Amino acid sequence: MNRQRLGLWWFIGTLVIALLLMLVPLPDVLAPFKPYWPALVLLYWSLESGDRVTLGLAFSMGLAADLLDGVLLGEQALRLTALVFIALRFRSRLRFFPMWQQTLAVLALLFNDRILLTIVRVFAGDALPPASWWISPFVGAALWPFVFLLLDDLRMRLRLQ
Amino acid sequence: MGQESSPLFAGSTGTLRLIGYLALAMVLMVLDHRNGWMWRIRYNAAVAVEPLYRLAGLPVEGMRTLSVAFADRQRLTDQNQRLREDLLLANAKLNRMAAVAQQNEHLKQLLDTQRSLELNVQLARVIGVDLGAYRHRLLLNVGARDGVKPGQPVIDARGVMGQVIQALPTTSVVMLITDPNNALPVTIERTGLRTIAYGSRDGDRLLLPTIPMAADVREGDRLLTSGLGGRFPPGFPVGEIARVTPAATGMFLEAQATPSADISRSEDVLLLHDQAEPTGPPEPASPMGPPDTLAPDGAGTPAKEPR
Repeated sequence: MNRQRLGLWWFIGTLVIALLLMLVPLPDVLAPFKPYWPALVLLYWSLESGDRVTLGLAFSMGLAADLLDGVLLGEQALRLTALVFIALRFRSRLRFFPMWQQTLAVLALLFNDRILLTIVRVFAGDALPPASWWISPFVGAALWPFVFLLLDDLRMRLRLQ
Repeated sequence: MGQESSPLFAGSTGTLRLIGYLALAMVLMVLDHRNGWMWRIRYNAAVAVEPLYRLAGLPVEGMRTLSVAFADRQRLTDQNQRLREDLLLANAKLNRMAAVAQQNEHLKQLLDTQRSLELNVQLARVIGVDLGAYRHRLLLNVGARDGVKPGQPVIDARGVMGQVIQALPTTSVVMLITDPNNALPVTIERTGLRTIAYGSRDGDRLLLPTIPMAADVREGDRLLTSGLGGRFPPGFPVGEIARVTPAATGMFLEAQATPSADISRSEDVLLLHDQAEPTGPPEPASPMGPPDTLAPDGAGTPAKEPR
């Protein structure tokens, strides 16, 4: 029982840390390389414990991220819901992919997410972003194996579900 | 996890729920975009949000503290020396200006204008938080409880940085002048030409897309706020023209300018408290000459619309 509760706290903790990482700025030069942390952590959890991650959770996490970002309420909610939906749909396949295939799949998901974001921003009346806009999904995909292994390893060590 | 008939789509999520959530998100976005009531929600959610901002700002704060703690004595002494020289120089300039300022004040009194050279400012610190990629925003550590109101200009030692767009209870969000959604009425110091500077999409420049073809604009010209629009007081440095090219339409000259404020590196900024009084184009001069009543019948009206 206690272990289960600890598992739940660990789950919530990683999500909150992902939101915080989203807020922590990088130096100017590195700013375009910043990965979309909430997406990576949500992807990990939707692959590893698919019953915890639902569309509602993704939606509310997106809303929280929107409140923190303070730009357009619903933007990240839309993106994260779409992302988690695709991940959950193909969960059983993605889980048993070898790591490099999984990484490619994550790249595709993150890229799709960027496209969605671009569409939303253009509709909201913003100018088209510069080329460095498209770097972030690649960085996210490159980090994916490490995020996955780190979170998995920590989970194993803490013997959590 | 329920096994569905199609082996490809074995999952536990319904498309219907996806559509529901996506529709909800879109409704939220449209409502928010139209009414902009987000700030009300944010203001109420600020109780939860602001501690997170402070927490996320800690790494940057830590880096600043570390850079001071580990800076060697020599560098700090040098910096101190340089600051003292700067202060000396600034004070000397100020003293020389004092007489001119007083004269100016006197002349203005004669002219019966209210605008004064005094500044009513508030010091604020930048919280190092990333508010989204390519969003040219800053977070300051003062908010509505400190008397900050949306629309207040923000400057640093070198020039205009932006304006407050959102005041939360103890923090506030600043839109930088380099934001593509920002437009700032400026005047070119050398010629007095008035135009508008927009933010650019790659973020560290200003664009002046509507300069008349015949205008005299050169590289190195300094831009000042013109005070039109009433939001920024006139006379603050904005930037320096870096490049002038004919616009793609061929109807205007297009200039790029580099902002003079240290947009990405400022830690301490100043909030201007006196909102500039709204100034528009000057009142049309009252016509000189004998009053209309003396004019012969029919001669008074056509003069108003020359064709």
